Amino acid sequence: MMNTELFGIVTMFMVALLLAIPLGRYIARVYSGERSLLDLVMGPLERLFFRASGIDSKREMDWKEHLKVLLTINMVWFLWAMFVLTNQGWLPWNPDGNPSMSADLAFNTAISFVVNCNLQHYSGESGATYFSQIFGLMFLQFVSAGTGMAAAAMVFNALKQRTAAKLGNFYDYFLKSMTRVLLPISLVVAVLLMFNGTPQTVEGKDSIVTLQGDSVQVSRGPVAGFVAIKHLGTNGGGYYGANSAHPLENPSYFTNMVEMVAQLIIPFAMVFALGFYLKRKRFAWMVFGVMTVGFLLLAVPNIIMEVNGNPNITAMGIDQTTGAMEGKEVRFGAAASGFWSIVTTVISTGSVNAMHDSTMPLSGMNELLAMMTNAFYGGAGVGILNFFVFIVLAVFISGLMVGRTPEFMGKKIEAREMKIAMIIALLHPFLILTGTALAAYGITHTPDHAWLNNPGSHGFSEMLYEYTSASANNGSGFEGLGDNTPWWNISTGIILLLSRFLPIIGPLAIAGLLAQKKYIPESAGTLKTDTGTFGVVVFAVIAIVAALSFFPALALGPIAEYLSF
Amino acid sequence: MKQHLLPAIKLTLICLIFFSGLYTVILLGIAKLTPNGGNAGTVDHAGSTQYTNLAQSFTDDGYFWSRPSAVGYNAAGSAGSNKGPTNPDYLATVQARIDTFVVHNPSVQKADIPSELVTASGSGLDPHLSVKAANVQSQRIALSRGLSQDVVHQLIIEHTDGPLLGLFGPATVNVLELNMALDAATK
Repeated sequence: MMNTELFGIVTMFMVALLLAIPLGRYIARVYSGERSLLDLVMGPLERLFFRASGIDSKREMDWKEHLKVLLTINMVWFLWAMFVLTNQGWLPWNPDGNPSMSADLAFNTAISFVVNCNLQHYSGESGATYFSQIFGLMFLQFVSAGTGMAAAAMVFNALKQRTAAKLGNFYDYFLKSMTRVLLPISLVVAVLLMFNGTPQTVEGKDSIVTLQGDSVQVSRGPVAGFVAIKHLGTNGGGYYGANSAHPLENPSYFTNMVEMVAQLIIPFAMVFALGFYLKRKRFAWMVFGVMTVGFLLLAVPNIIMEVNGNPNITAMGIDQTTGAMEGKEVRFGAAASGFWSIVTTVISTGSVNAMHDSTMPLSGMNELLAMMTNAFYGGAGVGILNFFVFIVLAVFISGLMVGRTPEFMGKKIEAREMKIAMIIALLHPFLILTGTALAAYGITHTPDHAWLNNPGSHGFSEMLYEYTSASANNGSGFEGLGDNTPWWNISTGIILLLSRFLPIIGPLAIAGLLAQKKYIPESAGTLKTDTGTFGVVVFAVIAIVAALSFFPALALGPIAEYLSF
Repeated sequence: MKQHLLPAIKLTLICLIFFSGLYTVILLGIAKLTPNGGNAGTVDHAGSTQYTNLAQSFTDDGYFWSRPSAVGYNAAGSAGSNKGPTNPDYLATVQARIDTFVVHNPSVQKADIPSELVTASGSGLDPHLSVKAANVQSQRIALSRGLSQDVVHQLIIEHTDGPLLGLFGPATVNVLELNMALDAATK
């Protein structure tokens, strides 16, 4: 039986990889404007949309204009989401009569979905209406993924150009990401889910009487479409409170495989798309290799620890051969749940099929580390941007080490780019550790806040996890944390904004600056960036920046809890 | 900023219609073609509708018990316990569940109680048991219903879903379907 569980995991990874390579080639064709599969259907629609919006999609923009346009349209989405969430009580399509959100909860939720994070301080069953699920939250799941991919497309363009200021059109990249990639694949995923038991209906809650005569309700809704883009766009916000652990959101092992492949495929494909776009496939495989090593170093221990179970429960003398089943579902089993817990944290999905708060202490540490490094695969589009920052750092450092000019893709990396990269790399630990320190101070001085669901070091981990998840734009949680309070809503909301847009602005600026520089042809003195050696340097930079700056906090949380066994 | 605002608003409206509206409508149409017509899977039981994919509370000795639920088996909501693995209150709860199980199943050795029977599921609505967690309850049920244990075992085997295609994932037993089969066998 154990073998079928392991075989399931390996298959999910391999299917995602095999689909991602052709998808990467397709995405590269779409962004370089070559002819591609959906031209006939989507081409006319895109032209219609642009004409109706008064947008000239052929007009190229420099990196600053890309940013202006990106930030403006994101602000429009934020205001729209605020309006929908604070007024959902009286807006149409509310069969269950759910109330409007409070201002601070709406603030957190709107930002969280705009920035592709999907922290959820509400539960979908009672906290959102069908209208806000569809036209508020699911809308943002599409466009936030489109934004991340469009930003990555601009960086691709900048790396390809010899010497150029104009780097394509943001609206063009954005809309094509949605019409050519996100929408068609979402339709396929949603249909697979619907035929395997996920509801897609506009009817409200059902009331039933159980076999033993209890009266209970069943929350329904347009779930399948939501869950499809939730994974494909690496958003992760669940339709239901229990996310993909819910037996209607994720009814079977088959749907679990579908949702797993759906969340892996675009982060994988973007790496290969970069390789096809730049015609540097070796470089793409180097990136993918580093990411995969990091991923496996986190995932394999988690699978083992979850399968081995909780030592405290073993001590009670019962049979724990199925693994640590607290917070897990029988149809997935401990192995697939442990695997998912790292996939969802290395890429910024943040959907869960088991409750992370109840995973083993060091599994929790690996989930945290996955978000703290935030560079292995990463979210739709932004994953490759985060990794780009680490590449810039690694090029500079290894350039100094071997006494060669730090060059990347024929462009000199100089002090200005380094400063930006360093600020972005340090922003992440700064936001996480400052937030956690303030919250820990708050809870020590006013212990009557009913924030924590667990005592001691695990309680500390709950707070650390929340800020890590916010800053990594991940969205999963140690959900025991009582986080629907003004403090958590507002503090994580601010971190979400900073940690989404600065790490987009930084790489776009670096890429824009590099694109304007003089192209230096490769020579014998050029640092090779598509080799295993360079991969090791990149990995070391990630490990040093991420693991070491977080070690003290991890020691207080999961490591201390582990030592208490 | 200003000259970008109007195109941004217009494009947003169009995207709302297309990616939220049309996408949902297409899926609602296709949903009508699915076996459940867009609803979750249901089955008719003595004139009442039952959702096969959602756990129910079973406390009677004559029924297979579901896994513990943090939401009282009410699918109006969903959640896990979110208790950490070293939390003393949580460990006391698990111990109490073991004790209760032993009282109701006096012939079962403690070492044979699978942990999933005494730990809360992730959703609070887990509709399944492992084969082991079903078998370990069979003697109590046989006794309570006056059936032979072989009949109960046979029912478990009939209601076991093996791994997907025989290759992927664990085998499961749907508690509700098994209990409905029990009712039918006892009539």
